[in-house]
Amino acid sequence: MTGLGMTLRQLLRDLATQKLRTFLTAFGIVWGTVAVSLLLAFGEGLHRQQTKSMAGLGDRIVIAWPSRTSKAFEGIGRGRRIRLSEADIEFLQARVPGITGISSEYSDNFKVKYGDKVRAVDVSGVSPVFGVMRNMIPQAGGRFIDPIDMEQRRRVVFVGNEIATDLFGKENPVGKEIMMHGSPFLVIGVLKAKDQDSNYSGRDSGKMTIPATTFRALTGQKYMDNFIYKAAHPELNKGLTKLIIAALGRRHHFDPTDDQAVQVWDTTDMFAFFDAFMLGFKVFLGLMGVLTLIVGGIGVSNIMNVVVDERTKEIGIKMALGARQRLILTQFLLETMALTGIGGAIGLGISLAICVGASHLGLQEFVGNPVLSPHVAAFTAGVLGVIGFLAGYFPARDAARLDPVVAMKL
Amino acid sequence: MNWPSLRKSNGGPPSSNGRIIEMNNVRKVYDTGKVRVEALRGIDLSVAEGEFVAVVGPSGSGKSTLLNLLGCLDTPTDGRYLLAGDPVADLDRDGLAEIRNRRVGFVFQNFNLLPQLTALENVEMPLLFGGVGGRKRRERARDLLERVGLGDRLEHKPTELSGGQMQRVAVARALAMDPAVILADEPTGNLDTTSGVDVLTLLSELWRQGSTLVVVTHDPALAERAQRVVEIRDGLVVADSRNGSTSH
Repeated sequence: MTGLGMTLRQLLRDLATQKLRTFLTAFGIVWGTVAVSLLLAFGEGLHRQQTKSMAGLGDRIVIAWPSRTSKAFEGIGRGRRIRLSEADIEFLQARVPGITGISSEYSDNFKVKYGDKVRAVDVSGVSPVFGVMRNMIPQAGGRFIDPIDMEQRRRVVFVGNEIATDLFGKENPVGKEIMMHGSPFLVIGVLKAKDQDSNYSGRDSGKMTIPATTFRALTGQKYMDNFIYKAAHPELNKGLTKLIIAALGRRHHFDPTDDQAVQVWDTTDMFAFFDAFMLGFKVFLGLMGVLTLIVGGIGVSNIMNVVVDERTKEIGIKMALGARQRLILTQFLLETMALTGIGGAIGLGISLAICVGASHLGLQEFVGNPVLSPHVAAFTAGVLGVIGFLAGYFPARDAARLDPVVAMKL
Repeated sequence: MNWPSLRKSNGGPPSSNGRIIEMNNVRKVYDTGKVRVEALRGIDLSVAEGEFVAVVGPSGSGKSTLLNLLGCLDTPTDGRYLLAGDPVADLDRDGLAEIRNRRVGFVFQNFNLLPQLTALENVEMPLLFGGVGGRKRRERARDLLERVGLGDRLEHKPTELSGGQMQRVAVARALAMDPAVILADEPTGNLDTTSGVDVLTLLSELWRQGSTLVVVTHDPALAERAQRVVEIRDGLVVADSRNGSTSH
């Protein structure tokens, strides 16, 4: 459009001459934008924080506990105890397709000594894959249990970060020897601190982990306490669980529909529930923000009506000189959109500043740090665009429909 | 003095037959539902290219209504109106806007300049609506302002100009799209005598160079300068006389 420069120059001049009105109008939009983007940013931060905490238990794994049958099957009464051993894990790996990771877990409480400190510690014996599945990431300079540890039944131990601090203080635990259940163990790694909001045998920060083979040799325990597994994708977990229970049912003669023989906790359920919950929560927050923004938009629309009234004569003159309706419409629409755009940009800037500021308040563990993600920004911009358009359209249409003769007389 | 032109040859379209304005039995009725006012009751008016017509008559006679219809600011209730050969009675709003832009140049009693724009930008306005590009637009606007003697006032806002200067900006603006006819509504009505004479001289100058002028006025001095005087009373043309003394 030829004249766009002229329209914009005029717009800037108008905004500059009506500073107070421009400020008040833009303020509604700024406020609304801050409301939308900040509410969504806090929602997003909370979601991410909670997801991270949930992942502390493991990234979408299934945990299964061999238990007692609750249904009679093939002539055997109910209440029979199901015991699983390493052979069952090998059987499952060989027979059930779609397992991307599986590890047995043996647990007990041992007396642990380092120097003159003695602690009773929950200890798990697991396979190397357990570390990845349960998000047990070693701090720099350490490692988790590896296949050679497993094969050679090495007496090595991976310690939780809190129990490590408790036992070793400021010393570096890696390479130190501790006494566990009467045998010397070499510390090979310390857990990197993580958020964990659920557990089944104590938080990982207070636990120690050793190779499953070592655990069995140390205790003589043949049967596992539980095992964990996961499929390639979280949504495949449910199907995989069915296959695993069916396979175990055939091997140990229990009803595959018996949900008590092997009890299962699919943590993807928790994630799915939480994702759905957070979606609802974010929709609610977004709606609150959008409503605030709409109120701002109504303010802009009112101001634009005043502006059209004030400029009725100008509009009449322009029409007399041959301005088409569309040009008048565009002029006012552009002005509204520009006003909304400026207000929105300021609002997003304020939100960004608040997000950065809030991350220094140390609220991370409780509500997470607000995140002004591209999604949030894009959504806010989209809502702003729609509101700016609607706020401008109706006054602009009124302007374009003016009768030039009447308008010029005013 | 030569006026810059957008058209190559300075003449109406061939179909106009030399007639810029051709009105037959034009009526305009304002009907608000309760009150029905017949402003024009059957006007016959024909203006040839290059004529200088003064429309006179008492207040309420329908002069302004006639001017609005002539300038396509409004449409007749009834009757036929050809402007530069084109029927305009049935055009829609954008069609009328285009006619106003290309065929008509308005000069108003109260100047009707946009107060926030400079003299240059005011003259650019019709060119902008006519789709004339930026550089050409500015050049032409500057030319026109120089011709009306305001070459040193390009960047002045209307409030920084005298009444006579404002009206000269308005005349430059009216000429911007090189219209077929210039319509002036009491162009000297808001001016002191000296400025009024200035503007009159300017309009006469335009006429001598070939522009067609229709001027609504109370001002006897203006009517005297016109080639032809049309008197309106109660929505009808009651007299149409030529000023013998005025020569082309």
